[in-house]
Amino acid sequence: MTLLGQFALWAAFLLGLWAVAIGFSGRWRDRPELAATVVRSVYAVLGCLVVASLALWKGLVSHDFNIEYVAAYTSRNLPPYYVFSAFWAGQKGSLLFWAVVLSIFASLAQLLTPRRYADLMPYVAGVTSAVVAFFISVMLFGSNPFERLAFTPADGRGLNPQLQNVGMVIHPPMLYLGYISITIPFAFAIAALLSRRLDTGWIHAIRKWTLVSWLFLSIGITLGMWWAYVELGWGGYWAWDPVENASFLPWLTMTAFLHSVMIQEKRGMLKRWNLGLIVGTFLLSIFGTFITRSGVIASVHSFTQSNVGYFFLAFLVVVAVLSFTLLYTRWPLLEAEVRLESMLSREAAFLFNNLLLVGIAFSVLWGTLFPILSEAVRGTKITVGPPFFNRVNVPLGLLLLGLTGIGPLIAWRKASPANLRRQFIGPIASGSVTLVALLAAGVRDMYAVMAIALAGFVAGTITQEFYRGVRARRRMHGESVPVAFLRLIERNRRRYGGYIVHAGILIYFVAFAGMAFKVEREATLKPGESVELRSPFGHTYRFTHVGISQYEALNRVVSAATVQVSIDGKPAGLLTSEKRQHVDSFKRPTFEPSTEVGIRSGLREDLYMVFAGAVDGTEEAVYRFNVNPLVWWVWFGGFVLAFGGIVTMWPGGGPTMARSRPAQGGYGVSLVGAGKE
Amino acid sequence: MSERVSDEREAPAVGRRAFLGAGLALVTLRPGQVFAASSAARPSLVPSAEASLAPSVQDSLASSAQDRSGPSDEAALPGRGEVGTLRDPSVVGRPRVPTDPEENAAEIQAIELRLACNCGCTLDVFTCRTTDFSCTYSPKLHREVLALRNQGKSAQQVIDAFVEKYGEKALMAPKPAGFNLAGYLVPGAAIATAGVALVLLISRRRAVVASSASLGQSAPPVPASTAEMDRLQRALDEVED
Repeated sequence: MTLLGQFALWAAFLLGLWAVAIGFSGRWRDRPELAATVVRSVYAVLGCLVVASLALWKGLVSHDFNIEYVAAYTSRNLPPYYVFSAFWAGQKGSLLFWAVVLSIFASLAQLLTPRRYADLMPYVAGVTSAVVAFFISVMLFGSNPFERLAFTPADGRGLNPQLQNVGMVIHPPMLYLGYISITIPFAFAIAALLSRRLDTGWIHAIRKWTLVSWLFLSIGITLGMWWAYVELGWGGYWAWDPVENASFLPWLTMTAFLHSVMIQEKRGMLKRWNLGLIVGTFLLSIFGTFITRSGVIASVHSFTQSNVGYFFLAFLVVVAVLSFTLLYTRWPLLEAEVRLESMLSREAAFLFNNLLLVGIAFSVLWGTLFPILSEAVRGTKITVGPPFFNRVNVPLGLLLLGLTGIGPLIAWRKASPANLRRQFIGPIASGSVTLVALLAAGVRDMYAVMAIALAGFVAGTITQEFYRGVRARRRMHGESVPVAFLRLIERNRRRYGGYIVHAGILIYFVAFAGMAFKVEREATLKPGESVELRSPFGHTYRFTHVGISQYEALNRVVSAATVQVSIDGKPAGLLTSEKRQHVDSFKRPTFEPSTEVGIRSGLREDLYMVFAGAVDGTEEAVYRFNVNPLVWWVWFGGFVLAFGGIVTMWPGGGPTMARSRPAQGGYGVSLVGAGKE
Repeated sequence: MSERVSDEREAPAVGRRAFLGAGLALVTLRPGQVFAASSAARPSLVPSAEASLAPSVQDSLASSAQDRSGPSDEAALPGRGEVGTLRDPSVVGRPRVPTDPEENAAEIQAIELRLACNCGCTLDVFTCRTTDFSCTYSPKLHREVLALRNQGKSAQQVIDAFVEKYGEKALMAPKPAGFNLAGYLVPGAAIATAGVALVLLISRRRAVVASSASLGQSAPPVPASTAEMDRLQRALDEVED
């Protein structure tokens, strides 16, 4: 099967090069049959990569340990679903996964894009094939998943224990789907530049793709936070680790694009900016891949250090130079159709929203690279950890949260003072009441107070928008409140789906603010001994150590430490944390012992327990106990955000007039009876 | 045992005997399996085919079997004795020493949260030593913090001593001084500059729009009343995305 896999990779590589050569040469313009071959070669590449993927999966499932990748990431006693997910657990397999998924997206783009964009599609095929061919070349010349060993081990090493978690089965594919699907909007942007077809057509063609990318990135990042929380055991979900930052960067620029693209659709403005954002987002996705795979920056999430980093660095530089050169040559064609008329307009609010989103992206990138910069300039190594990122980014995040509430309240073109009064009074009241309530409750952490008060303001904005929409429908159509509510969303999914996304964001902020009040302590307990912890919500938790049991599971020896939990004196069940020594099928230890945390999740706070180890080989256990407030709301916020994203991109819906109408140079309406009073 | 940790006698309702009893009631044995009585919440099911176990586990079981043959040393049996011995201590990670009450002091935590572990984990010393149980660096750094505190040094002096010994990378965030100021200020300055530029640009373009509009108009625009504008806005809100 490895021979078949190798052959399939080479075939895909050569077909990809063919598509690139023909797609970019432009010869297909006069020869339709050449255009057809470019598109068909996209499907052929997909076929080859599917064969290669099946070959690797066959090797994994059949425990062909002569394949280096199979021996490095699986063992005979690895549960089947982890054997399946081992496909993307390591460097080499994940490269193949990336290539095949990109190939699927490239084929879907060819299949699903309406015929009116037919003149863009060979260019799109050329760009996507170039990226696929690059990934295949990395495999063929740097990190081949079908590489064979000189001998066949009796068993493999097994999967890293931290990857043996359901979060790691789902989280990487989601993040990859987000990263990978960014290639499609990028391909359309380059196609628009190459073909000089720079109206809003390409924007409409990629709208769904940008939402798909953003949605997968959002889900992937949230699942990554969940995985870090339940698996890494440090008691939090976001540590500003370089690899976490790398996933956050394209999300920020993609979010900026989703806002600024509305200005281009409605007003014909920001064409250059939008193209720059799409190109920048793609480059950041490649940059993230470079960071994860090069080992240039220390991270707990990185793949094993290897030479593929150089491939990605070279690709990053080449793509950046070519893309921005192309953008520069088309600069005069990207003139805005109208000018911004007022600072008090939704366009201006969106501009500042973009400024902050891109500014935060720059700030995160700056902080991530600052250790390298410092070493280069001063020759001094420094650590840039969470305190730095929090100090720099929390104020910017709060400003952004404020704009989330302000943007929807301001009218397009120019807001009148009366309009502003009418729009802002409710949300400001909502935010003020929240602020007073927090201060009255004795909350004094400045950032937390600001975050929750601003969330109150944004909640006021969202509620007001829904309330007015429902009220208008009730007046116009005489519908009941639930019907009006549902039809409001159904008829204008993009707008109200967007508000649901905003609701998810404000829930995130409130939940993040909760972590400012976490409490933690370490304790050593003999069986029967207890320790108490007082939570920010005023509960007293008592943890009584029950004992440590040891037993064998499928691929590990488990030491499980259990405590009895009581809340304010009432029994609340048992909580167990484990130490796992993974072993191969010959019972040989494969990795260092890993930890499974014990979590008792609640709406207000999580009890988070880590079994740190045993004292002198006895049942006297060292524990770390955390009370983490509002963590459940992070996951709920992620759910709301994803739901809003799905609503926004759901096919059909109401009057999406923007799709067919030209950009508005000004509202072409006349007021009946205006000036006659 | 740390401070505020109470004794078993203070919590008789959740004492270990109650759980031992609960464990015994739930045990189901397959042929060939032996139930090892333990104070643990989960009973230990020991397969009879000991040869299939890891060497470390085998050693442990061998010693357990030896212990079982000598009833005089019953306290050393897995799960027995004053605190109960583990069947195989080698699979529980790095051996731990009991947590000293001082280690939980808020000031120690606060110091260690500002110091980076140098094992390459990207975590601070406190988080690493209570999380990464294979790390041998953070416990050592922790002991250094305790030693410096015991010398009567203040929190800042402890941190300064770390920077002197390990360099600036010992800090979780660089000191906001010298070149490091660029790290803190450049993002904010860049955003502020871009914001000001944006405001100036918009103002200039507004002026251009206003002048071109006044030049091109042959008749003055008909002003709409506030009520009409609000009505129009509501109508537009209804149709726009």
